[in-house]
Amino acid sequence: MSTRTLELTLATSGADAAGVATRVPLRARPEGRYDEDFGAEHMLVNIGPQHPATHGVLRLVVELEGETVKRCIPHIGYLHTGFEKLGEYRQYNQIIPLTDRTDYLSAMANNVGLALAVEKLMGIEITERCRVLRVIACEMNRIISHLVWLGTTGIDLGAYTPFLWSFQERERIYNLQESWTGARLTTSLTRVGGMMADIPEGWEAGLREFCRTFPSTLKEVDTMFSRNAIWIGRTQGVGVLTREEAINWSLSGPMLRASGVDYDVRKDRPYLGYEDYDFDVPIGEHGDIYDRYTVRLEEMWQSTRILEQALDRLRPGPINVSDPRLILPPKSRAMSDMEAMIFHFKQVMEGIKPPVGEAYFGVENPKGELGYYFVSDGTAKPVRWRIRPPSFINLSSLPKMCEGALLSDVIAINASVDIVMGEVDR
Amino acid sequence: MVISSVAALRERWGDAVERVTESCGDTIVYLRRAEAHDILAWLRDTTGQEFNYLTDVTAVEYRDPERALELVYQLRSLGRREDLRVKVALEKSEPLEVRSVYDLWHGADWLEREVYDMFGITFAGHPDLRRILMWETYAEGFPLRKDFPLRGHFSRAEQTRQALAANPEAHYSLEELSIADAFGELPKDMQERLARGERGVVK
Amino acid sequence: MGLVNPATANAGDAGTMMSEASGNFVTTKLDFLTNWARSNSLWPMPFGTACCAIEYMATAASRFDLARFGMERQSFSPRQADVFICAGRVPFKLAPVLRRIWDQMPQPKWCISMGACASTGGIFDNYTIVQGIDTIIPVDVYVPGCPPRPEGLLYGITLLQKKIRGESFTDELIREEKLVGADGLFLPAERVDELSEPFGNSVHQTRSSW
Repeated sequence: MSTRTLELTLATSGADAAGVATRVPLRARPEGRYDEDFGAEHMLVNIGPQHPATHGVLRLVVELEGETVKRCIPHIGYLHTGFEKLGEYRQYNQIIPLTDRTDYLSAMANNVGLALAVEKLMGIEITERCRVLRVIACEMNRIISHLVWLGTTGIDLGAYTPFLWSFQERERIYNLQESWTGARLTTSLTRVGGMMADIPEGWEAGLREFCRTFPSTLKEVDTMFSRNAIWIGRTQGVGVLTREEAINWSLSGPMLRASGVDYDVRKDRPYLGYEDYDFDVPIGEHGDIYDRYTVRLEEMWQSTRILEQALDRLRPGPINVSDPRLILPPKSRAMSDMEAMIFHFKQVMEGIKPPVGEAYFGVENPKGELGYYFVSDGTAKPVRWRIRPPSFINLSSLPKMCEGALLSDVIAINASVDIVMGEVDR
Repeated sequence: MVISSVAALRERWGDAVERVTESCGDTIVYLRRAEAHDILAWLRDTTGQEFNYLTDVTAVEYRDPERALELVYQLRSLGRREDLRVKVALEKSEPLEVRSVYDLWHGADWLEREVYDMFGITFAGHPDLRRILMWETYAEGFPLRKDFPLRGHFSRAEQTRQALAANPEAHYSLEELSIADAFGELPKDMQERLARGERGVVK
Repeated sequence: MGLVNPATANAGDAGTMMSEASGNFVTTKLDFLTNWARSNSLWPMPFGTACCAIEYMATAASRFDLARFGMERQSFSPRQADVFICAGRVPFKLAPVLRRIWDQMPQPKWCISMGACASTGGIFDNYTIVQGIDTIIPVDVYVPGCPPRPEGLLYGITLLQKKIRGESFTDELIREEKLVGADGLFLPAERVDELSEPFGNSVHQTRSSW
């Protein structure tokens, strides 16, 4: 598949009748254009935590002057689940189901990130087939996460149909995830040193079929949105973050790249052999919602490219490292062979024990850089398990982006951050 | 693989760099608490260091109760493509307080609030140090500390009672209340606590 | 319609709590009509918090389609909703919000607790998660799963429809608002502690290190 970047010639020239560029951040617009006659009294409006447009249990308290937002104060913690505390009471393989539930839109990608972090801590080298399968899992999940973002952002901005399209595409990936792991959403795909299971017969053909037909859905979305006057009007120049601001606010993922910063963990700190795959990373220019949209749309295209290359690269072989202290032996051997039974017993009852030390591993999740930081004291349960949450950090820039915006823009900006509250609150 | 910044750090800051270790290929530098903020600023601004991206701020408490708490900063230089982990050891016998790095990286805003919420480490100079994940008047303690049991200190009935007693509208910060002129509508005990200067900071 | 406080109601008085009025031909026909209308046009109030909310959205999307069960209009305003579907885990910080929204729903209202976390606290037996929303609000149907498949949720909805069809408006107690008691709890304190007790593997998890 050839390189594909969105070539857009906008219907508008980008400048209004006076020749002034229309794609100017709202904050730069002269004061008083929106709030001339509405007096000095400010209103405090509470949005959430239960609200269809807040993408989860997020609460925004906005101070309004008329329709303009003077300040936006987010309140989070309404989904705080204590994952990091729970992780201290779990063996390393038992933490994997917990990772499904932080960013539940891309569960496999979290599973992979965790396994990579523990493997870094233990100095384990995984097999080639495992590496390729994990790339497939990550990219599939990039697609489904961006599809949810697309559908829900469409709803927030008034376009309901793409929601149904994107969820229909997601169902096709869910079928693949279910036939591989047994679960549609909470996959628990990886184990330390390998995977829970190999892909079944016919799975590759299913994924190839998806890759063949998915671009036509993307084209439909492109047709519906990219040159749509309403979409452009609501997203261009809104929620702008400059390059320096984006770096200073520690943004990551499409939020950072839409502001023009060329940082993608897959390119800058490659893992799982990403340096050998041929793919492009879309970088935006203006840092507004429209750029975030084009970056994510393009990322879905590029993920399809990577998936096809990974499928070509897949060779038969073992998916787990051949270390009996790490990988559970097959049940038939555990029941018949004394040594295998002992290994099984030790792993299940005691768990695997990494050496004393610590490791941080960052992966490029669809939301941004997801990092797992483990501190180990040589026992089977970590001393500290820290999730570096991309959505949490991306969301902290929301007050900055909403200054001077209209109330409806707050909803659009919130949608463009692409948060998942499970990860924000952990 | 200890990175080149370490030598420059030692040369410039001498004893303030307490020690340098390495784990799984990551370089870890321990800084003295007093100079930590200035050293981080130096790391951000000096040519040749340029650690312009703050990846993460968190804290670690070890199972050994004698061991100090560690405040962990993950830094990255986007241009030079290098990572550095900086730690500040906080002895439990002393007040757990450090200078905030919000003025260096705004990304530290919520990250430091979370460390405060979960560990009780206060950050001097932070613009709005309130609890972020738990509710502001959460009375059970700091959840990620090792002396905090998994299920909390209170019984389930007591936790449920406290949860139901919390008026959802009372969860406005002082900043928000001053905008809305709504101080008079708050429950009595919250008025008293705010009047005493409490801002959700549990002593 | 009275207001009953289950926190103080004596469970031993079950015998005296039966309705005094009995049905007749007219009331059973009216019951049939009202229940048919109610069960086939349930407007859900999706209180989606976490992963179950995504499966809820998948159930509402085109493949599984909630609309064919009468749930075409997702009512995000509790004032216009019939069924409260709690999809996802509920931390204590969210508990007063959940209670407030439940109280805002007008009768007749029902509650579906979707997923393991809403039903019992799920895999999160810790300081922050409510161990089952039935400690806060009355629940009609529990849908197990983590997350439940869309078919599971649909089965739960059909169970609720069956329950509704079995209702009768001669039963005075059925539409009573069950409020939070004077002691600040919905269920008696011992009951909350009993329901929240760890069981199964959860019992062993308090050891933080081996």
